[in-house]
Amino acid sequence: MTAVAEAPVAGAIPSFQVTLRLRRFNPETDTEPRWEDHTVTMHGTDRVLDALHKIKWEIDGSLTFRRSCAHGICGSDAMRINGRNRLACKTLLKDLELHKPITVEPIKGLAVLKDLVVDMDPFFEAYKSVLPFLITSGNEPSRERRQSPEDRARYDDTTKCIMCAACTTSCPVYWSDGQYFGPQAIVGAHRFIFDSRDEGAEQRLEILNDRDGVWRCRTTFNCTDACPRGIEVTKAIQEVKRALLFRRV
Amino acid sequence: MTTTIPAPRTPRRLRGRTNTELYAWMFMRASGVLLVILIFTHLFVNLMTGDGINALDFGFVAGKWADPVWQVWDLMMLWLAMLHGTNGLRTIINDYAERDQVRLWLKVGLYTATTITIVLGTLVIFTFDPCPPDAAADLLPSFCPVP
Ligand code: HEM
Ligand code: SF4
Ligand code: FES
Repeated sequence: MTAVAEAPVAGAIPSFQVTLRLRRFNPETDTEPRWEDHTVTMHGTDRVLDALHKIKWEIDGSLTFRRSCAHGICGSDAMRINGRNRLACKTLLKDLELHKPITVEPIKGLAVLKDLVVDMDPFFEAYKSVLPFLITSGNEPSRERRQSPEDRARYDDTTKCIMCAACTTSCPVYWSDGQYFGPQAIVGAHRFIFDSRDEGAEQRLEILNDRDGVWRCRTTFNCTDACPRGIEVTKAIQEVKRALLFRRV
Repeated sequence: MTTTIPAPRTPRRLRGRTNTELYAWMFMRASGVLLVILIFTHLFVNLMTGDGINALDFGFVAGKWADPVWQVWDLMMLWLAMLHGTNGLRTIINDYAERDQVRLWLKVGLYTATTITIVLGTLVIFTFDPCPPDAAADLLPSFCPVP
């Protein structure tokens, strides 16, 4: 750590120099992505997103990345930081190794549009194809659809997804065979398949039984490691496999 | 303002409803479990029991294949390992071969090699005769009856 204490004010936050090695690509001028280093002074409370902001706002306004909430809610700023998929807004600089440059790249497996921005369409297409909405039959109840706490707990984990794509773009099967639905689509399907109020489980299971569905999963666990919401993604995928094997949800 | 980046993935369609991938996935697990038993017993019997590795020669193999138990054992090992390995390679081809033509030809090659190996292997296990009657005497192992 190259932490250098600033003026010795009581309670001052330590600041340090940090180098960000950014993977940049400008479709109007570049044919290939390139690396670019920036060294900035940051504080112990700062996150990678703050460093990106500092570079964009004070050094190079053309740096392009997505972010919205800046607090781990919207899922906009998944990127590959030091080779691992994470949210820039949830990654504290002080938790990284600061003696060497921090690499920041776009998430893998989706086409890069500019700098850290990728084309998310194929990702959302996969999500849409698992019918991620409540499917019911019969008359609408006049009151809310009730559910026991146990039934709610069944799929609680997969309701936490913020669709950041960190899992899907950490999956080696998705990198090499882009036809695979990817972990997030299976998480999205899981959320409804195991919902006692929903009646579309059979349809969704059939979709995921496809050649490019759950059977492509090789239990690598990259998705579980990547998920910023701590969702047990691999477990959800295995639960879908089990439901398919025994045709019971 | 086009870029050199390959076009994003095309939307997916559902190919008819089959359980092929489900069965392939189950087969990998089932054959895996069987292979553990088959392969390790095979290794133990060949390499550890009796004189161990020193006993391994033409005669040893001939002796084993005279016994229907070992014929069936080796047959199962052959078939399961070949089908398991072939299905594993099929998965890897699906992963890494991007163009349809490449996929197709790699698979044609794979299935051809598998078929030849399984057919030849099966034939050898069941038709193996250490002392073929019409062979030249100097090519035969010592334990063959002298005509
Ligand atoms: C010793 C007992 C064995 C066990 C328990 C076993 C188990 C497995 C399992 C469960 C898979 C599926 C992995 C997945 O889908 O995530 C697999 C894949 C594979 N197996 Fe085996 N196997 C055994 C022996 C063999 C043998 C003898 C061969 C070669 C002939 C072989 C070749 C392969 C290949 C090529 C794959 C695909 C690898 C991949 O999916 O990346 N295995 N094995
Ligand atoms: S499962 Fe986790 S990693 Fe995947 S999209 Fe949802 S929040 Fe992101
Ligand atoms: S900016 Fe919203 S999740 Fe990071």
